[in-house]
Amino acid sequence: MLTVKSLHAYYGNIHALKGVSLHVRSGEIVTLIGANGAGKTTLVHSICGLVKPARGSILFEESDLSRLTPEAIVRRGISLVPEGRQIFATLSVEANLEMGAFIHRKDRQGWRRDMDELLERFPVLRQRRRQLAGTLSGGEQQMLAICRALMARPRFLLLDEPSMGLAPLIVREIFDIILELRREGRTILLIEQNARAALQIADRGYVLETGKIVLQGEGRDLLAHREVQRAYLGKGAKPIWDA
Amino acid sequence: MKPEGVSIWEPEKECLGVEELRQLQLERLQATLNRVDRHVAFYRKMFREIGFVPENDLGDLDDLKRLPFTTRDDVSNSYPYEMFAVPLREVVRVHSSSGTSVNPRVVGYTKRDLKNWAQLVARILASAGLTHDDVIQVTFAYGLLTGGLGIHYGAERLGASVLPTSVGRTERQIKIMQDFRTTALVCTPSYALIIADKMEQLGVDPKRLSLRHAVCAGEPWTEAMRSEIQERLFVTATDNYGISEVMGPGVAGECLEQSGMHVQEDHFLVEIVDPATGAPCEPGALGELVITTLTKEAFPVIRYRTGDLARLIEAPCPCGRTFRRISRIEGRCDDVVVIKGINIIPERIGDVLEQVKGERPTYQVVVTRQGNLDQLEIWIEVTEKLFFDKMREQRTLVDEMRQKVANFIGIVPRIKLVERGSLERINGKVKPFVDLRRPWH
Repeated sequence: MLTVKSLHAYYGNIHALKGVSLHVRSGEIVTLIGANGAGKTTLVHSICGLVKPARGSILFEESDLSRLTPEAIVRRGISLVPEGRQIFATLSVEANLEMGAFIHRKDRQGWRRDMDELLERFPVLRQRRRQLAGTLSGGEQQMLAICRALMARPRFLLLDEPSMGLAPLIVREIFDIILELRREGRTILLIEQNARAALQIADRGYVLETGKIVLQGEGRDLLAHREVQRAYLGKGAKPIWDA
Repeated sequence: MKPEGVSIWEPEKECLGVEELRQLQLERLQATLNRVDRHVAFYRKMFREIGFVPENDLGDLDDLKRLPFTTRDDVSNSYPYEMFAVPLREVVRVHSSSGTSVNPRVVGYTKRDLKNWAQLVARILASAGLTHDDVIQVTFAYGLLTGGLGIHYGAERLGASVLPTSVGRTERQIKIMQDFRTTALVCTPSYALIIADKMEQLGVDPKRLSLRHAVCAGEPWTEAMRSEIQERLFVTATDNYGISEVMGPGVAGECLEQSGMHVQEDHFLVEIVDPATGAPCEPGALGELVITTLTKEAFPVIRYRTGDLARLIEAPCPCGRTFRRISRIEGRCDDVVVIKGINIIPERIGDVLEQVKGERPTYQVVVTRQGNLDQLEIWIEVTEKLFFDKMREQRTLVDEMRQKVANFIGIVPRIKLVERGSLERINGKVKPFVDLRRPWH
């Protein structure tokens, strides 16, 4: 579904992605793990059209994303749940969701129905539908960010560090939602620093280090991998999330 | 799509579309190069010397051709652990190759390498028609060589019942084959024929055995040998290919079409090059097989020259596997001689003989075949240093030579002292190797 081939991109003056190749097949959960500054977000931004790659290609089905505007990319069926959630704190929950339906704004009936369905599904958000988003808890904000992305009716969901700053129990809740989204037929690329949680739900994973992929394989293989354990799971660290 | 009745171990991988496969290969190759660049001094130096920066210069699979080859000597010179790409504590198994060089070529495996290895061997056994119902007798050497244990773990992965009989003691092998109801024999092709000979001699009727498959590897063989094995043992004989430096068994294997071995292309990248120039061969032409590993962690190799001659078969196979095939190994492109599945460089035998008397004798390595049994002989021209009046001393010398060579290569040779000047010479030089085995055709 998504094929990234030998991608080079810059983050400011920094050569952040150095020949990165990866692919995500339809219906998969693929995770990209890496430390801070490894280039994860630059990759996300390249896929979403927010950063123009210097070299290489990003194919989504038949289209070359590096030639498309961010809006056109959303129209192709890719939605981003950005790092740090980036919700509109001074708008209500409903208004936030409405923003997510930007590309379907003319289909008022349609996005209204989508919103009702999502609020039905996430009662916590329904209770707070008129509340300002900034007053939500971290977990609720993350839920809202996911719902906002879903309002664009994506087939492919990009999640940039959804576990960031959340308590272990809440992380679990968010990851359960991700699994559910896949069961509904969506394809997921999950960018994470929380390698343990990500690898537990991912079919496959890639390890990004200083802009280069150094390991790839099935999620459970990587979880058991000594290098991954040492670098990302922390020897003897308490499990943050157990499936 | 795979036809009815064909059993494929990992269809989602072995039947991958070409484009998906190339993408997967590219991803894995880039990760491999990034890793060796960081962890293996040999490769880092190689890259620096030609100004190759993996992350910038490998945008496409074809870019690999810019890199120099890795040779048998490179590996030998890295004895024992210099070319490992992980610290030894990550290595859970070590094997080494047969003694063709001064130093054997040592290879290592991480946990994940072993898991992949078993999986790949299971694939080739499945493609040879074996299932979990089979009773597999493994007659490869168990030990430092990769053959025995390599097949063993794959056969267990397949779920079959495994008989690790290891090499030799043919009569016992046959008894086990009868009593344990072996259905599949894993052997070198010449050993399959030795077994057939022995059965004839013992009056064992192969039709009364449960044997149905002979899975052959370890030495070059021919269609004529295949027919002979099939007719005499009443089995389906398939070919497979492995090489220790790359992994061991499991690199490529024939399916029941019996026309070329599917290379496990999701784990290995193969090229066929002109052995003299190193240039890529025309599609279908005979050349040296060069292999790059895509998933090996402990011991990755980049463009490894196997010394084996083969052709690449691009045509799709009716079995449904999309992996390209290589022809049977049609020989060696160097001076390596394969005897009983063991690779020998005649030149190295001279090094060993030299240790005995401190002088390099004039010698010739001769391989003969009695029935289906290969025999290694070393003919040495006598000199004053090598000649004794007393029979006993003479015998001690010969024994010592035999012992030394046997220790080095693992085969006990027959040593013959011959008259000075009697060895066959070309342009005044003694031919280091003479093959008196019946020609294969």
